[in-house]
Amino acid sequence: MWSSWSHGRRVAVLTIVVTIILLPIMIFVLGPNMPPGKNTDVGKGQVFDNTVLLIVMTPFTAFILTYLVYAAIAFRVPDSDSREGAHIRGHMRSQIIWLVTTTAAVLFLAIFGTAELLSTGAGGGQGPKPITKPGGTVLPVQVIGQQWEFTFRYPTYGGVETAQLEIPVGTQIAFHVTSLDAIHSFWAYQLGVKADANPGVDNVAYVKPKTTRSFDIRCAELCGLWHGYMFDTGYVVTQSQFTTWIAQQQRLYAKSMKDLPPFAYTYAPDPTFRAG
Amino acid sequence: MAVRKLIGFNLLTGVVLGVIGYIVGWQLGHIPTGESIEYFGDTGQNDIAMFCAYMLGVIGFLVGLGFANYPIQRMLGKPPSLREKETGGWTRYFGLCTDHKVVGIQYLVGIGVFIFIGGLNAMLIRYELLTPNQHLANGNNYLTLVGLHGTMMMGMMTSGILGPVANYFVPIMIGARRMAFPRIEALTFWLLMAAGVILMTALAFGGFPTGWTGYEPLADQANMGMDAYICFFALVGLSMCLLGLNMLATVITMRAPGMAWGRLPMFVWGVVSTAILMLLAAPVLFSALLMETLDRTAQTGFFNVQAGGSPYLWENLFWIFGHPEVYILALPGMGILLEILPVFSRKPVWGYRLAVTGMLGISLLSWLVWQHHIFVSGINADLRPFYMLSTELISLPTGFIFICALGTLWAGRIRLTVPMLFCLAWIFNFLIGGLSGVFLSDVPSDVTTHGSFFSMAHFHYTIMGGLIFTFFAAIYYWVPKMTGYEINEFWGKVHFWSMFIAFNSTFGPLLVIGFLGQPRRVVTYPGFLQGANEWVSVSAFVLGASMIVFLVNFVYSQVIARVPAAANPWGSKSIEFQLPSPVPVHNFDRIPTFGPDPYPYGEGAEAAPSGPVIAPARHTK
Amino acid sequence: MSLLVGAGRLRLAGVLVVAAAIAALIAAYVVFLTHGPKPYRPAATGPAVDLTLQTVAAVGPNLSPNENWVSYLIQENGKWTRSTVWTLPANTLVHVTLYNYDGQSGLRNPFLAQARGIVGGNFTVDGKPMSHIDPDAASHTFAIPQFNVIVPILGIADDAKNQCGYAPCDPSMAHYKIQFTFRTGKKGHYRWQCFVPCAAGFVYGFGGPMQTIGYMDGFINVV
Repeated sequence: MWSSWSHGRRVAVLTIVVTIILLPIMIFVLGPNMPPGKNTDVGKGQVFDNTVLLIVMTPFTAFILTYLVYAAIAFRVPDSDSREGAHIRGHMRSQIIWLVTTTAAVLFLAIFGTAELLSTGAGGGQGPKPITKPGGTVLPVQVIGQQWEFTFRYPTYGGVETAQLEIPVGTQIAFHVTSLDAIHSFWAYQLGVKADANPGVDNVAYVKPKTTRSFDIRCAELCGLWHGYMFDTGYVVTQSQFTTWIAQQQRLYAKSMKDLPPFAYTYAPDPTFRAG
Repeated sequence: MAVRKLIGFNLLTGVVLGVIGYIVGWQLGHIPTGESIEYFGDTGQNDIAMFCAYMLGVIGFLVGLGFANYPIQRMLGKPPSLREKETGGWTRYFGLCTDHKVVGIQYLVGIGVFIFIGGLNAMLIRYELLTPNQHLANGNNYLTLVGLHGTMMMGMMTSGILGPVANYFVPIMIGARRMAFPRIEALTFWLLMAAGVILMTALAFGGFPTGWTGYEPLADQANMGMDAYICFFALVGLSMCLLGLNMLATVITMRAPGMAWGRLPMFVWGVVSTAILMLLAAPVLFSALLMETLDRTAQTGFFNVQAGGSPYLWENLFWIFGHPEVYILALPGMGILLEILPVFSRKPVWGYRLAVTGMLGISLLSWLVWQHHIFVSGINADLRPFYMLSTELISLPTGFIFICALGTLWAGRIRLTVPMLFCLAWIFNFLIGGLSGVFLSDVPSDVTTHGSFFSMAHFHYTIMGGLIFTFFAAIYYWVPKMTGYEINEFWGKVHFWSMFIAFNSTFGPLLVIGFLGQPRRVVTYPGFLQGANEWVSVSAFVLGASMIVFLVNFVYSQVIARVPAAANPWGSKSIEFQLPSPVPVHNFDRIPTFGPDPYPYGEGAEAAPSGPVIAPARHTK
Repeated sequence: MSLLVGAGRLRLAGVLVVAAAIAALIAAYVVFLTHGPKPYRPAATGPAVDLTLQTVAAVGPNLSPNENWVSYLIQENGKWTRSTVWTLPANTLVHVTLYNYDGQSGLRNPFLAQARGIVGGNFTVDGKPMSHIDPDAASHTFAIPQFNVIVPILGIADDAKNQCGYAPCDPSMAHYKIQFTFRTGKKGHYRWQCFVPCAAGFVYGFGGPMQTIGYMDGFINVV
């Protein structure tokens, strides 16, 4: 049967077989393990998004790789062979099929990505005027990037500034990310949050953690000498643990709270330009 | 005569005048004083002197090479020679030469040297990343290494194919004897060499911490090494702009009779679409660098928030240049791919017009996508869906290239020669690069992958896997034509397989490492990633070793044990292979005329009298 | 193969010479990039180690080509040297005595004016225990963020008499003596830095000495 098939049919059948083998792997093996994990609403959205991307890519990948390997084997001749290949300059129908399928896939991905983005904000920094705002009560947490440490301010708790990040589980968090100097990027990996810290800019990212756990904080934008050491561990804790913790922080940093400027979304402390 | 040659206008006088210019500039830069530049005393970083030194150094270098001779002689009313030193033996390779073939070979060697340095830096980066902590004893050098690697590669490889291959073969392919502006052609090369040397001097002035993107305000804080970055990219930008202009002018105005637009070889189309981007993108970079220069010297505030500027301005300008830039790197590779596939499949290009549409489509779309580099920066949140769409739309013209490449293989008689292997590897590598790019273009997915090793691995798949692989395809395919000596095929295959396997073994795991949360450009990473990083580092060292295989093979067959190459070792029907190897000076005795079919391959095609009519030039020296 | 005769042999010799030269250049380049200062290892004095530091406004031509850069100095065998890479034992108390000869620059983030992570929670300034200083009076900080250690360092008043010019400075000049103790954690590689924008002339006060190992930044190898 195989030997009587045309090359075209063989590639088509092989592509379908490879796709059928790969798709369950993408959906059931890779998909659930895609980053950043389903610890938050936006993290869950990203995992879903990544899985959909994998699924859409699979048939195209299967086709191109199958075709490539098949062609390299089936049409190969020894280097000494001097015969010419078939005189084909194109094939309108294949071109149109290719154009239509790739366009459909691209448009689907763009629409799907936009829908995902607009549903939760996807954990990305949205600038000072977020286009996606979650309803209900929101706990604002300010992330201040500076060379080379992140500090955190809780405006609804007297504007206390802390060296560590803790957030309560099940609460809608709004990270207000800003910087005092160079550009940093606040990346809370397991939360699925990344927002650049720009001086003079309030960059807002929303997230709602679903499980209590620790998470890695890293700077994701090159910010100078200690960029590689600008990491930290944050914690998602229960509401009662959070209440205890924040009260403890308020006691601990009572002295520094008096020095702090009133809470603002951005700061421009001296020296701002050429210091001296 | 020998003395006359030594003190004439050549590389030696160029270097001497360059050093003199540098010293004079350095001294001049220390003259201005005043309150506004008082801070130089505190910092010990006299950026004004640094810029003056670099600028006068470059000017001295160019004058020493003889670039001022022509305009000065014309001003004095003397009739100058129009074609300097085109037949001067081996010394013409060490000076200003307006023969496009000499410039091509100069580019090949010159760029090769700097790419080698860039690769060496990559090895050192991977050495550092063997452990989750910093262990290069000198702590400042890691970021400088990252910057030197990225900047050198990005700057040099913009001309990596247009410099050596297009300068050499585009005039021949369109049936011309020279480029439209031969003196500018030579200038682009020497500017690039000056740029490369300047970038390396960053090490002597404290390095620069910004990577190749040069983000503000970090760039403004940096030591004088940053000035080397700025001068490097400015010279590269100038060189790119002129190179693009020259290529476009040549292809537009100098095509031989019969060489209609619809008959251009695919490689020339790749060059045209790249040249458009070069001509238009480089000025954006240049002006942004000028602002950065002013911020660092005259203390303007283009990028300083509190002085009324914005770091977003740099991010936007840089990526308006930077995104076309990555297609400047990718497009020539596509041209080479579609040029070489027909030869070794013995078939015409499949879907000629679709492929051209693809390349020009990429050229156009690459202007509309730049903000996908700053999706999480907080600027223009409402425009993200647009940039997501425009970025994903680039898959369409890229898909054209894929389908044309695959179609060309169909029912061919494929010979797996070394150039063909490198081209087939392009299809695999660029596929991975393109697919990983879809994750980065999708905002929700980009939130995790942005700034991570995933995005770094992605562009290494597209640029190293796309451009460098086709660069080597071009070397194995065309260098015998350029030099007249064969390259050993067996060691070429060793090079290919070791490079292909090591490349994928390096950057494949990096995609995963990025997904697992390792940011780019850091010296530290979570301990559980050490095993994976060690694997990547060892693979990278093997990748480096495969380059040594290439280098030894190349030098051995080109310099030590030379085997004269046949005029047409590949049975190519392209015009350059109808000329002797190496191609004689002035290429053609009479301008050739071209038939209707640029790719007369395939059964039955030979019968048609469609190839070019050629009379090769008789000079061989 | 008959290729290595005559001109071929000459070219081979030429290539070998060039290759040797390039290899030497590469070796020099790699050594230059990987070579660094030798870490300072204080002698253990019983269960604790002592570090004696000074912070100076200008490091001076004898200690650095950047004579006007601000810097930390460390006392090594009685001599002041510009070494910021130290090797310290794990889980050990480190007594730091720091003489600050530098003026007041002020913190960009006042939060960092409160000490944290040090033994007892207090440091002493000329013998007086404190846990916090006026952020505007800060001259430097000594901070190891991975140990959560930060100590603000009080700067001398602008109108103080007999201010130190170029380092090394001696106790006859205006200074504060700051003492504190911190405990090293588990084995590893840590960085320490200053958080005060004290690099005069650089944007946000954070260039030059603030981004160059050997001045206001360094490593601590805990072994």
